[in-house]
Amino acid sequence: MQFFKDRFNYLFNSTKGLILVAIAMIALETALFGMLSGPMAEFGVRDIVVRLFKMDLVQAEREGRIIILYHSIAMAVVAIETYMITSLLKMQEFYKTAVRVLITVGYLFAMIFGMGFAYWGHNWVLHGLYIAGLTLIFFAGVLLTIALWPWNKEYRLPSPTVGRGAGGEGDYSRTKKGVDLERVAFFATALTTVISAIFGAVPGSYFGNGFEVFLAENIIRLPEKTAMEYSIIGHLHIMLALIAIMITLIVGRWLNFKGILHKIAMPLMILGTIVLNLGVWGVVTPLEPIAHMIIYVGATPAMLGALLLVIFGWDKFIREGAAGIKNPNFFQKLGALLRDPLQFGPLWQMVFMNFTVSGVGIFMAVRLDEIFRLWPAREERIELTGHWHVLSAIIATIILLYYGDMIGLKGKFRKLYGWAIILLSDLAFASVTIFEMKRLFISEAEQQPLVNTIMYLMDFGLGMLLVILAMVMIWRLFDLFKKKGRWSEEVEHELSAEVKK
Amino acid sequence: MKRIVLTLSLLIVFLAACAPVDLDAPVPVYDTGVDPNAWALIPAGPFLQGQFAKPASIDYDYGMMVTPVTVAQYVDFLNAALADGSVKVDGDYIVGFYPGDEFRGAKHELEISANDYVFVPTNDPASRFTFDGQKFGVRSGWENHPMTNVSWFGAWTYCGYYYWRLPTELEWEKAARGSGDDRPFPWGYDIARNNANFYASRDPFEAMSTFGSRTTPVGFYNGQTHDGYVTLDSASPYGLYDMAGDIWQWVGDVIPNFSDRFMHGGSKDTYEMDLRIWVRNSAPPMYYSPGVGFRCAR
Repeated sequence: MQFFKDRFNYLFNSTKGLILVAIAMIALETALFGMLSGPMAEFGVRDIVVRLFKMDLVQAEREGRIIILYHSIAMAVVAIETYMITSLLKMQEFYKTAVRVLITVGYLFAMIFGMGFAYWGHNWVLHGLYIAGLTLIFFAGVLLTIALWPWNKEYRLPSPTVGRGAGGEGDYSRTKKGVDLERVAFFATALTTVISAIFGAVPGSYFGNGFEVFLAENIIRLPEKTAMEYSIIGHLHIMLALIAIMITLIVGRWLNFKGILHKIAMPLMILGTIVLNLGVWGVVTPLEPIAHMIIYVGATPAMLGALLLVIFGWDKFIREGAAGIKNPNFFQKLGALLRDPLQFGPLWQMVFMNFTVSGVGIFMAVRLDEIFRLWPAREERIELTGHWHVLSAIIATIILLYYGDMIGLKGKFRKLYGWAIILLSDLAFASVTIFEMKRLFISEAEQQPLVNTIMYLMDFGLGMLLVILAMVMIWRLFDLFKKKGRWSEEVEHELSAEVKK
Repeated sequence: MKRIVLTLSLLIVFLAACAPVDLDAPVPVYDTGVDPNAWALIPAGPFLQGQFAKPASIDYDYGMMVTPVTVAQYVDFLNAALADGSVKVDGDYIVGFYPGDEFRGAKHELEISANDYVFVPTNDPASRFTFDGQKFGVRSGWENHPMTNVSWFGAWTYCGYYYWRLPTELEWEKAARGSGDDRPFPWGYDIARNNANFYASRDPFEAMSTFGSRTTPVGFYNGQTHDGYVTLDSASPYGLYDMAGDIWQWVGDVIPNFSDRFMHGGSKDTYEMDLRIWVRNSAPPMYYSPGVGFRCAR
């Protein structure tokens, strides 16, 4: 009995255990439901999976199924970020516990019962429990926002020279009265996430009531959309953007982002987050015609803030890595930069995102009427779904890289794990981007060899990534059977104690 | 050694991506026995429209072509229309007049004024017809395949030339679904690979390692077996063939504030989810593609 009690305590009562459970749940869901589409469907694997698991896939309900699938994965990612925030930032113990309990029960309910409802017939009890799960997550978000309230005296930074994290010195972005602007950025992101969730919940309830779900990419080209439809489109964009902003802040905290760049970046992140949200919320108001302009105005400082983090991090890696070398040359600096893929990787992925997500999005926006709207809507759909799938996956890889550091990977394994995630995922993301943009340089009739090649590269990259993830998960599973396994050390670990010097 | 193998493997993969596609690869020739000149009568009355099966009704009888317009049929039209001046050659395109749509200046709306517009390109290697400057012909083996690489203008004019018209979206959906139930596919609720021509459906016209998907002859999925390939009879309740897969089909609706035209049916290049009756695609009316064709209504 003690055996189970100890493991349960680790998995559901420690930061690293909770993160492990959420990653494992996402991995399982991705592995199972990833077999229902794309190449797996082409190879006939889908039919076997459907028969084997006795799934009930009604054609008219495909969009609804996919929406629940996206939500169930996204909720687990939000839970992971929440575990990280509650472990990295100071907060009252009551809030930390309450937030974690609510979000854990919430995402597990949303995932298990949501997928049960979507893929195995329509048991309305399951649907009710799915909605209950989402509601718990929402409530956890509200509590997290309260817990993050940055104007409490205890969270103030008393002096620019008093440090945080591992106890080192450093100066952080703060107001004259000592309000921690990084905490304000976390708070603003959490608050706007909660508000933006409503923009999905209200129309979701409206459309769900008549089972008239739709995927945003399928209506994007229609000239007239209702406020509810705009709300859905805005919701999905902003939620993903906020998850991305939150992971940027988390990585910043992990790497102990500080100094002058931190002082510039945090106000930019706060401003960017708020303006970005105002723009997105504006799509359901008469401001809709200028909403995109507001969104650009908000996205720019937020992305600039992330760029400053990248500059800070890379400069730090080079300085630390080349510390013992007098006047290091370019290659020595490069070696120092690339020394630790788990720290270099998250920042690199943020840079890479500009080529595969932001760059594609901006190019599309700028040349929409001249190029993309001359193509059929289904081509545009490929670009739309492609670029946000890549963004989601980039966020996932950043989490996995941080997780590699969390579980104490060292030496060859650390390098192998880190570089494999970076290279394999970027191979896949670059391939997706070529696939999205292929019509710019190849005709439909002549595309097949190119499509085959990029599909192989994409599948190889993502497939191998999942294999690596599976290996890590199997290792962690076996570890749980050991009396003094890695898990027993991690029970007491908090991420705030592992912030880089 | 490992590095050399890895580099060579990558090189082969990338070179494979640049392999030229033989658009003239031999095509199997099958007589499906389905007459492309046949019409089906769709009776007036209610039916269930769209993904959410909303009650709708069409209060008149109308006819729809049993199959999409074939290459041979369109070539006959081009020869007749070129001879009587209804279409003309403009560089590498066959163009014709369209009287234009009302332009409201909406966001992303293209102005479609009264003008000559492209019907078909004459030099596109993916086209299944030939043109020697005087006369159009069908490339051998493609006679009974659906006409593709034809713009909405080209489709609209073809139908009008014979005093027919493009079906409306509602007419198209009813013809595909029938009036009895809310089926997602013209033949029923489930789809198998030999129900229709879609991406990687493994039909005899497809070679995914080289040229990819190609069209199947009209009426191909009628329950016959060709060279061992067994098709399922996939006609709609009103007896129309190819209402799912093979080619996206233009419909006639002109929507205010929106210059795109809708297409239905999915195609040889899309996954089966796009073959569901209610799934829409759209493109500007001058767009043409090897995966887009049409049929007429009257």
